[in-house]
Amino acid sequence: MSFADIKEKLTAKFEKLNLEFSSFRDNDRVIVPPTDLFEILSYLKTTFCFDMLIDLSAADYLHLQGATHRYGVWYALLNVENGERLIVKTHLDDPDPRLPSMYDLWKGADWMEREVYDMYGIEFDGHPDLRRILLPDEFVAFPLRKDYPLRGMGERHNFQSVIRSES
Amino acid sequence: MPLNLADAIPDTSSPEREFLWTLNFGPQHPATHTTLRLILTLDGEVVVHAIPDIGFLHSGFEKLGEHLDFNQYVTIVDRMNYISPVSNEISWHHAVEKLLDIDLTPRCKYIRTIFAELMRIHDHLVCCGAAALDLGAFTAFLYAFNLREKINDISEVASGQRFHPSYTRVGGLLCDVDDVWITKVRAFIKLFYAAYADLMKLLQRNRIFVDRTRGVGVLTKEEAINRSATGPIARASGVTRDLRKDQPYLAYKDFDFKVVCSTEGDCYARFLVRMEEMVQSIKIITQAIENIPSGPINIDVNSKFVVPNQMSVYRSIEGLIQHFELHMTNRQWETPKEEIYAATESPNGELGFYIVSDGSGVAYRARTRPPSFIHFSLFPHLIVGHQISDIPAVLGSINIIAAELDR
Repeated sequence: MSFADIKEKLTAKFEKLNLEFSSFRDNDRVIVPPTDLFEILSYLKTTFCFDMLIDLSAADYLHLQGATHRYGVWYALLNVENGERLIVKTHLDDPDPRLPSMYDLWKGADWMEREVYDMYGIEFDGHPDLRRILLPDEFVAFPLRKDYPLRGMGERHNFQSVIRSES
Repeated sequence: MPLNLADAIPDTSSPEREFLWTLNFGPQHPATHTTLRLILTLDGEVVVHAIPDIGFLHSGFEKLGEHLDFNQYVTIVDRMNYISPVSNEISWHHAVEKLLDIDLTPRCKYIRTIFAELMRIHDHLVCCGAAALDLGAFTAFLYAFNLREKINDISEVASGQRFHPSYTRVGGLLCDVDDVWITKVRAFIKLFYAAYADLMKLLQRNRIFVDRTRGVGVLTKEEAINRSATGPIARASGVTRDLRKDQPYLAYKDFDFKVVCSTEGDCYARFLVRMEEMVQSIKIITQAIENIPSGPINIDVNSKFVVPNQMSVYRSIEGLIQHFELHMTNRQWETPKEEIYAATESPNGELGFYIVSDGSGVAYRARTRPPSFIHFSLFPHLIVGHQISDIPAVLGSINIIAAELDR
């Protein structure tokens, strides 16, 4: 099933949604609205047998010239049977960026969604265990957002350390 | 939605669950090798629930990738999976070169392929050796590490550094290899088979090793696909995907090699797949080392992607301008304002980079798809129902590198 077939079938099935298709080098992409993300991904999984979620991550487009939305989240899919790939992308905005969790479709989404939540603060509805994964629980900022400075906001400097005489 | 770790730990205080107990494993424990922590709920010695707690080595590599240019970030990238550093560099520059639409020179492709395969052997030696060490087979570990030293020597001859070579550059390599390097690689091929035979003799039919790995941590094919496993772990479960065959990058389509698979999916199968992959790697190296094409290692300087050599910087105005352009922070590479995902088959699995470019020589977003991170999320699933003494076997077989896990 080539990208042209996927394009044709997806446009026919979701004609109201105005999906954007594009290709760059060997990457085939489709940009979908976040409200219909779960429906489209489950359709892709069942119809085109994209049974592996290779990658799930996000970017913050705050300072990118010409960007229309704050966040982008991409799902890189792989059909294990024939090695075909597709990138599904969706855009989100402040305040309260949230998406449906893909844990029900691919269990591999578990930690990847937690990492996106940890780094960008995008919440995934329906995720069974959504908490910070790389950063400590008491961390409040989302460090991969573009408004977070490279050298941090003093977390290390202000970290409460316990010294022997006080313990 | 649980907000912190304490909420996620199963409650063992109720009377019907009071036979369960909670054990904290790590973050500093000899069997974890690196800093990772497990919170285990146990019924006697049987694991009923495991919660990995990671992030002890988090150092913001992806944030740094948004502030360092394409050639600078390579030094950070090879500290991710530090037991196969050049694989990471190749993967990073593979993504950058795809973004810039660069076709490498044949010589560069061959040298990179040899390095990628040497790193695969390096990784598998450390992984199999350390897994055996955790299960009590100390001798095998020493045999593996002895051979690994030779690969470090080969890196040193090529780049000047043993452990973190930072050897690749956009459109080429740091420097060309010489005859000493080729002699060393040839000597390594000879040494390999003897050491490999020793390692196999020590482990393959070793009663203790086999008993402790066979049937432990079984991952079915469906689970491997659904939980995004790639590389040797997926192939040990019967997923026949290998990026070297699927999307032949570098010079892989020139060589004859097999994709190693198994259907068992347990720790022993993963060990055997890794061992056999080393043989396939050495086959690729044997074919490549005798056929390295001559010619330049970098692409044409006129493409404005590569740093010119010292002679042309000092002796020609074009070289000087090109050098200046690539090193001034406000000029550098001109990239298309696009996004790209590109991946290579690293020893641990699919190592991909997703680059969002804003047109400058610094990635706007440099996402790593870390195989260790994704494989470690399999761990709670693999260990449940096994005994606490199986933890080192499973941890060793999925080859967790904490620097890549936490980035």
